[in-house]
Amino acid sequence: MGIAIEFNDVWKKFRRGEKRNSLRDAVPYLFKKISQKNDSLESKEFWAVQGVSFDIAKGDVVGIMGPNGAGKSTILKLLSQIIIPNKGEMKINGKLSALIEVTAGFHSDLTGRENVYLNGTILGMKKREIDKKFDAIAEFSGVSEFIDTPVKRYSSGMCSRLGFSVAAHMDPDILLVDEVLSVGDISFQAKCAQKMRELLKSGSTIVLVSHHLSLIQSLCKRVILLNRGEVLKDGLTDEVIPYYENLVFKSQEEDLKKKITSSSNYKVRVKADIAVEISGCQITDGQKKQKNTYHSLDEINLKLEYTAQKKIDQPVFCIEIIRADGVLCCTSRTKDTGFVIPYIEGKGRIDVNLRAMNLGPGIYMLKISVWDKDLIHPFAVRHSDVLRIEAERGYIDSGAVFIPQSQWNQE
Amino acid sequence: MKQILEQILKYRDLLFMLTLRDIKIRYKQAVMGFLWAIFMPMVAVASGLLIKKAMSVVSGKPMDLASVVSISVKVLPWTFFVSAIKFSVQTLVGNSNLVTKIYFPRVVLPLSSILACLFDFGIAILVLSVLLIIAKIGISVYILWLPIVLFLLVLFTAGTGILLASINLFLRDVKYIVEVILMFGIFFTPVFYDASSVGEWKIFLLLNPIGSLLESINRVVVLHQMPDLFWLTYAGFCSVVIFFLGIIIFHRQEPYFAENI
Repeated sequence: MGIAIEFNDVWKKFRRGEKRNSLRDAVPYLFKKISQKNDSLESKEFWAVQGVSFDIAKGDVVGIMGPNGAGKSTILKLLSQIIIPNKGEMKINGKLSALIEVTAGFHSDLTGRENVYLNGTILGMKKREIDKKFDAIAEFSGVSEFIDTPVKRYSSGMCSRLGFSVAAHMDPDILLVDEVLSVGDISFQAKCAQKMRELLKSGSTIVLVSHHLSLIQSLCKRVILLNRGEVLKDGLTDEVIPYYENLVFKSQEEDLKKKITSSSNYKVRVKADIAVEISGCQITDGQKKQKNTYHSLDEINLKLEYTAQKKIDQPVFCIEIIRADGVLCCTSRTKDTGFVIPYIEGKGRIDVNLRAMNLGPGIYMLKISVWDKDLIHPFAVRHSDVLRIEAERGYIDSGAVFIPQSQWNQE
Repeated sequence: MKQILEQILKYRDLLFMLTLRDIKIRYKQAVMGFLWAIFMPMVAVASGLLIKKAMSVVSGKPMDLASVVSISVKVLPWTFFVSAIKFSVQTLVGNSNLVTKIYFPRVVLPLSSILACLFDFGIAILVLSVLLIIAKIGISVYILWLPIVLFLLVLFTAGTGILLASINLFLRDVKYIVEVILMFGIFFTPVFYDASSVGEWKIFLLLNPIGSLLESINRVVVLHQMPDLFWLTYAGFCSVVIFFLGIIIFHRQEPYFAENI
């Protein structure tokens, strides 16, 4: 087992902002550079990839993950030799093919057939090779009927399917895949997955970049997690994925909090007469411990603090849990549970035990409100609390709100 | 250097496909089809005839067939040079989706557009040969020099095209400068007239390698004379130098294409 890809302390910098790319700009710049020796451009540069090192053995399937701007695409471009690193070394052993932007080589005026030949040679195939594989490529893409029609008449899906099948028939030693498996309908995706497995069987190395957790989990044994151009974690898929989720959730949580503060400021201004204010909300688990993140099975306790300016008879307290994408996941009201608060006045506290809610991993917002006894008119609404549920180890996010405590049996 | 040429050889199928693409697209889009190849030379010859007529009126000498023929013979290589440079200058920027996304030796992009123009040139040569036979211009042993001269012309064109294509990627306004030079270059090159007609300024016209190549073509095809070996050697030297310079500079800059496009 040799090494297919070797990255050794690779650095790559890019420029931010406009760059000079005309003679008109370059000439004054040269004079400026001669007269004053400092280069103001340096400050506009940033490192897109900072000291990244990893080895990938032949025949491995490795996933590269990371939030937007982590440097994934830069690394793929470095791998496919489109750009070169500023510092560091990289070695690639074998024929490399990239499933990135599979339709880049297409020309809209040429027919499907002509484009297959054109794209194939751009990717590095010989004309004779394409002659041999042409029928398989057309068959695989599912557009054989229209193969002699100019590509400009194709739908975008047909284009990408044709592009994908050309690239997939390269028989590379190393295959780079960047979010292209989402091309086409379910049956085409199944074909793609089948093709990838065939390549794997024949000993190809695959580097997969995706945000699709379940795809990564089902295909890759190893994941390299990137953040801001650095390797954050490199290891077995199950070990790395929680780190990734943590990273994504953190940024989601920050966004949400920002939104909350801006909207709550707005609310305060509108409501002149505040009869009741919910001044605090403490989230704890079953052991009355405050945590940053909770598990799906954790018991959730809330301690609400209120201040009532005047006496309110039989108020109804209501808790709504809303997922970051706006889905209302569950509600709990004092009235529904048969619990009646006779009246509130001045400062006071209310405890709620929501028990284990089995919520799926993600960021949830708590909306706490106080209503009159008939639930017609709210006195106060507070939504500035965030509940974060962490995935259990090995759990593949399904997007579901609840994960029931289920037990499966085979008869 | 050897490595670069090997790479081009390895990707020769791609070079062929891209050339085919350029030709196909040009002939598909133009209603005139293959007339395209002779359209521009025809217009150029017509304007050359007008100038020649004006010159003959001024000098009092009548217009002879040889001078008419020599205009057509020199216009063809000139239009090949102009269109090849024009197309190749923008090949890198025009194919930015390929340059930023797929790896292959970029040099095939300008080369293929030059080859596509060479194809047009070939068709135009065929048409002209028929005309020359009809005009009974005759043939001599010196015609054997023609392949050598044409080869040097292609070498010079390729070198300049490759060089300008890479410069245009970094400095986008180079394209416009090149266009202006090509537009008026026809007056600074002995296309419509002979280099000798400007007297002692002749040397400036021949210092332009295209000028001395055109003169050589005229001599071997129309005048049935030996080419001026001194100037031909000079042009050959220039062509080889510019070709290798173009390829080497292009190759040096190639890694920076994708991020500067």
